[in-house]
Amino acid sequence: MALFIKGMGNISAQKTWDVDALPKEVVLPSSDRFTAIEPDYSQYIDPKSIRRMSRIIKFGVSAATLALRGANVNVPDAIITGTAYGCLEDTGTFLSKMIENNEVALNPTPFIQSTHNTIGSQIALLLQCQGYNQTYAHGAFSFESVLLDALIQSEENPDRNILIGGVDEITDVSHAIQKRFEIFNQVANGEGSAFFVVNGQPTNAIASIDSVATFYKPDMTIIRDHLEESKNLQIDLVLVGSADSSQSPLLMNNVNQAFPSAAIGYFKHLCGEYPVASAFGVWLGATVLKTGKVPEGVVKTRINPPKKVLILNQYLGKHISAIMMSAC
Amino acid sequence: MKGKVYVAGAGAICAIGNSLPETLRAFQNKTSGIGHITSLDTVHKGVLPVGEVKLSNKDLALITKHKSVTRTALLGIHAAQEALNSSGLKDISRYRTGLISATTVGGMDLTENFFVDFSKDNSKGDLNDVVNHECGRSTELIADALNIRHYVSTINTACSSSVNSIIFGTKLIQHGMLDVVVAGGTDALTKFTLNGFNSLMILDKEPCRPFDATRNGLNLGEGAGFVVLVSQKVLEEQKLNASVIVSGFANTNDAFHQTASSPEGRGSFNAMKLALEVANLQPADIDYINLHGTGTVNNDQSEGTAVKRMFGDTLPKLSSTKSFTGHTLGACGGLEAAFSVMAIEKQCVFPNLRFTQAMPDIGIVPQTEFQSTKVNNVMSNSFGFGGNCSSIIFSKA
Amino acid sequence: MEQLMANLKRQIIEALNLKHLKPEDIGDDQPLFVEGLGLDSIDALELIVLLQQQYGIKMANPQDGPKVFKSVKTIAEFIQANKAAA
Repeated sequence: MALFIKGMGNISAQKTWDVDALPKEVVLPSSDRFTAIEPDYSQYIDPKSIRRMSRIIKFGVSAATLALRGANVNVPDAIITGTAYGCLEDTGTFLSKMIENNEVALNPTPFIQSTHNTIGSQIALLLQCQGYNQTYAHGAFSFESVLLDALIQSEENPDRNILIGGVDEITDVSHAIQKRFEIFNQVANGEGSAFFVVNGQPTNAIASIDSVATFYKPDMTIIRDHLEESKNLQIDLVLVGSADSSQSPLLMNNVNQAFPSAAIGYFKHLCGEYPVASAFGVWLGATVLKTGKVPEGVVKTRINPPKKVLILNQYLGKHISAIMMSAC
Repeated sequence: MKGKVYVAGAGAICAIGNSLPETLRAFQNKTSGIGHITSLDTVHKGVLPVGEVKLSNKDLALITKHKSVTRTALLGIHAAQEALNSSGLKDISRYRTGLISATTVGGMDLTENFFVDFSKDNSKGDLNDVVNHECGRSTELIADALNIRHYVSTINTACSSSVNSIIFGTKLIQHGMLDVVVAGGTDALTKFTLNGFNSLMILDKEPCRPFDATRNGLNLGEGAGFVVLVSQKVLEEQKLNASVIVSGFANTNDAFHQTASSPEGRGSFNAMKLALEVANLQPADIDYINLHGTGTVNNDQSEGTAVKRMFGDTLPKLSSTKSFTGHTLGACGGLEAAFSVMAIEKQCVFPNLRFTQAMPDIGIVPQTEFQSTKVNNVMSNSFGFGGNCSSIIFSKA
Repeated sequence: MEQLMANLKRQIIEALNLKHLKPEDIGDDQPLFVEGLGLDSIDALELIVLLQQQYGIKMANPQDGPKVFKSVKTIAEFIQANKAAA
């Protein structure tokens, strides 16, 4: 049981749309807010449809369109999205107006657009996709839940084309609030949208996603045991969801012990910290497995083309996930 | 791989009862839980009827032996605890146990208070009011209260959310990934949703009349509903008394409009059709449909059209329990699943309150009395904004 | 009336985020819903809010919407009729 990636689309703090790999010139955060570089949306969205779309919907629709174009699929059989915070801009707009106007004469549009499933539903509406449509909204496990659902769907029917994605945005309000929790000292606040078209057929695949495991408030012994069990998979590269090795020393200890000969790379200095950053990690892993090249900005030393990549993500220490990927 | 998935327990809290047995009494006595707003500090007090849970956050915290957090989490803990307790399961830690919850508002009940101060000055507002805002945090608070850590997730597909939780939980057991899943959803009443739905002009200023020709909108409600799903292996090992299985389910999208359902109800029709196929049942096998039945002009027209097309001459007994509880948004799927399971366990169907006149062109007459009757298969529908349509079928094991 | 219609067109474009249109693109009698501008039920609700915010007129029954919002002209006529009554 595996998911074979047939198309991808990624909007992030790097110029990652419409490319096969991370650009040579990477952008590093200049503050604690690492904003995404946005494409010209008119390339992906009809102007008449765009009028109600907030930034996060545009993120989602364009990354999804890129993935579908890459896979040469017009209408997928299922759409599964993950977003921890949903449509923050519209939520903030409606809330502010509600307070300002004392609950009178409120515009309905921001309320309608504020629900988490708006992204997945908008995509379905634009594509006229009447198939399975699901939205996971569980913090740093949102995208991982998407993967598990897709793996199950694919096991039931390997021919189904499933559009999957993870998307979260930063707004002025959300950044101001999150900053007060003092969580951006080691890594900047990030945002992005990574979508993939996957199915259960191995032909012409960019890379495969083999398994996903999530650990909620785990003891390090549980992580250690899981990593030890993966020893025989011959992992060449571990992409760690931290800005660098100093961020999660206990985790890195276990990684080094379990995979002494694997190369270790980091990716959160490229995308920032946000709940669905693991989707960026999967995109990065896929580009590495497809091209055989690991960007210098990720791993300093040159290594042979990896065949097996482990995306090991952690979010503020409490949510850890392990996504196994293979070359095809 | 595709073994049977049993419903070992169920729990509910809503406007008509703080437990599933309490709701049964309300159904039997035809006592609606819809009334005036008492807890929210809003300009709509005395204007918009709602289905409030008759316990304060303080009460909920005391009963659940939990510290006071967001109301959504407290309601969820209350119902999930009841579900687990009623399941007869001893020591869930020896099994791969998951919690899959659903919510549309998350911690918004506290966030909207935070915003009052924050919007004047970014440095103001109590951070404790927003630390549990995000949907997943409600689930984790429930997981922590129940000691579930192996697998947690949260779904938000508007009004179809908690049916989708139960569907995902069922699949995880069928695919051998989990042994026990507590699945359902929870939503508290908030000013955010009250004003949101009011801006859409689909709230009735009177108690709602689902499927009635004169219906004029929905009443918002709050609550939580959870079921405990177990594999055959767990059922046998623990010698559980489960008599209901999840036999069919489907998730489709209407893809018509962001908030309105297609007039012919194509999403709803497809969901019901697919659920029946999965269950290997014919329309005539369904004994009772728990309708989505919000009471809006659009939903009831659309759902009614789809039901008529699906069931034709063999219309089962049907009703909308939202006439008792109001529309509990992210919780309604879980809550109505608990009611559906109860319908099979108690061999009864529930009434649809305040119905006087069938919708012209559709002519469906719902069940208006509580009735003890043979019930083997129950279908529960939940259709949401964004065209998310889900249907689930529970059957006698 | 002309000034009112000109204002309305500007306000409609802003309220409904019709960035691709200019006021002169909207005909006085051009149908706004279904055909013509192709607006939908959410836009109708936004127009109800516009009437309240900009003109102080409350439309209690959304069912009156289709008649009132047929074109910019019918909206202008509704505003004039209700302002006179107020």
